[in-house]
Amino acid sequence: MLTVTDLFVAYGQSEALHGISFVGNPNETVAIMGRNGMGKTTLFKSLMGILPTKSGSIQIDGREVTHDESFKRVAKGIAYVPQGRMIFPTLTVEENIQTGLENSKTRRIPDEIYALFPVLFEMKKRKGGNLSGGQQQQLAIARALVTEPKVLLLDEPTEGIQPSIIKDIAKALNEIRQLRKISIIVSEQVLSFAMDVADRLFVIEGGRLVMETTRANTDADKIKQYLSV
Amino acid sequence: MNFSELLNIGLMQGFAGLSLFAVLLLMGLGLAIIFGQMGVINMAHGEFMTIGAYTIYLSSHLTELYAPGLKQIYFPFAVVLAFFFAFLLGWLVEWVLIRHLYKRALDTLLATWGISLAMQQCFRTFIGPKEVSPNLPDWLLDAWAPVPGLDIPRNGLFVLALTLFVTGAVLLALSKSRWGLRVRATVSNRMMANAIGIDTSKTDRLTFAIGCGIAGMAGAAFTTIGSTGPTSGQLYIVDSFLVVTFGGAASLLGTVVSAFGIAQTQSLAEFFLHGSMAKVLTLSLIVVILMMRPQGLFASKVRR
Repeated sequence: MLTVTDLFVAYGQSEALHGISFVGNPNETVAIMGRNGMGKTTLFKSLMGILPTKSGSIQIDGREVTHDESFKRVAKGIAYVPQGRMIFPTLTVEENIQTGLENSKTRRIPDEIYALFPVLFEMKKRKGGNLSGGQQQQLAIARALVTEPKVLLLDEPTEGIQPSIIKDIAKALNEIRQLRKISIIVSEQVLSFAMDVADRLFVIEGGRLVMETTRANTDADKIKQYLSV
Repeated sequence: MNFSELLNIGLMQGFAGLSLFAVLLLMGLGLAIIFGQMGVINMAHGEFMTIGAYTIYLSSHLTELYAPGLKQIYFPFAVVLAFFFAFLLGWLVEWVLIRHLYKRALDTLLATWGISLAMQQCFRTFIGPKEVSPNLPDWLLDAWAPVPGLDIPRNGLFVLALTLFVTGAVLLALSKSRWGLRVRATVSNRMMANAIGIDTSKTDRLTFAIGCGIAGMAGAAFTTIGSTGPTSGQLYIVDSFLVVTFGGAASLLGTVVSAFGIAQTQSLAEFFLHGSMAKVLTLSLIVVILMMRPQGLFASKVRR
């Protein structure tokens, strides 16, 4: 599970996150909702160690990772599907997934991954850069999953992807949570997708979490107000 | 001059070109790996080659002093040693200097140039300004004459075999090994490679060291066809950069093809023209081709 306490992040002198605290429990999906520029990607990058933390703490399963480099956090059980997917375009699909096997003894890709994303099996010899947006998104999730994470971070997984594929991705995320009992943190602007996957929803506004609800009690209109410009 | 004589000359010059090709390829390979992986333009690459060449000389010298009986077999071991000396020094240079400069690509140029000058002076001070040559084992001397009038030097054959072996090993390691996967992922997207669990700084150090090690082997190959002095490396560095740029910075196959093209053009033109004119011809050809294909001969086609 993921525990974030009083997290402050700054770009030089300008502070972007002003004390974020939340918990992601095992077998739970948490959605962080917010408009562009409210701090979603900043939050995810700092959780992953791409941006340095000014103060506060990040723990995975009780282990401190606040000042670890990214690759060490991966070994401790956090995996990242970035905004824009960032698969390795010059590597084949198979090799892309294998990059996530850095801490595993074998280089064999577990069958379970291809069962989850059959299209990746069909395309495993193709260059990652030649896949469609939706396929690249699935590839990025597969690559993150083979690191055997306890916490899976997805930054705007639906951005720029056609609606039918969005449904598939929601289904896959729910399956992953059920199979692995891990904690999934997803940032979103699309409320319908968040309602399909998340057990709890937060709203981020100006670098602070301003609202928290469970799915059952969600006041959709109120969240939509936050999301509209 | 009849036709068969002309053919023999063509073959021999072609073969001389192959020896040059071998050294250029080994140099270019190391440079291409380092430049492709880290964007570091290693001006000291020639000096790592010189390290390898001096290692061979030192081994030859020590063998002669302490174990003259081993004269016939020391050479292959010395080649391995040349790799390791250059590898270790590369590791050290990356750790002390280069890793602090990754975000300042042009400063690496200056820093490695400084290393290059410092190393040259070290060679001059500690080894001596005079050119040296190792005593090669007998099986590397003389020539192989399959038909009268056609002499293929054996050292050339050895250098060629060594080059093919090293190139094959590097290409195989890059495409199949875990190190290769790490390198290619890091080249593609450094931040993401780190965020998927790859220790990118360790990958950088190992890659830099391997590139330098290959330069050391180029030096070992070089000793069989020329004598070694403090500035030997400098003579090859420009041509090696040419090989890398001409081939396309991201493509190792391009490096192979361009090393072959440059060496053969140079060597064949040298026979029929003046040495400097041969250089002019080679360079003009490269300039014209690069004007038409600025990305180099080979560039991988993929959506980015």
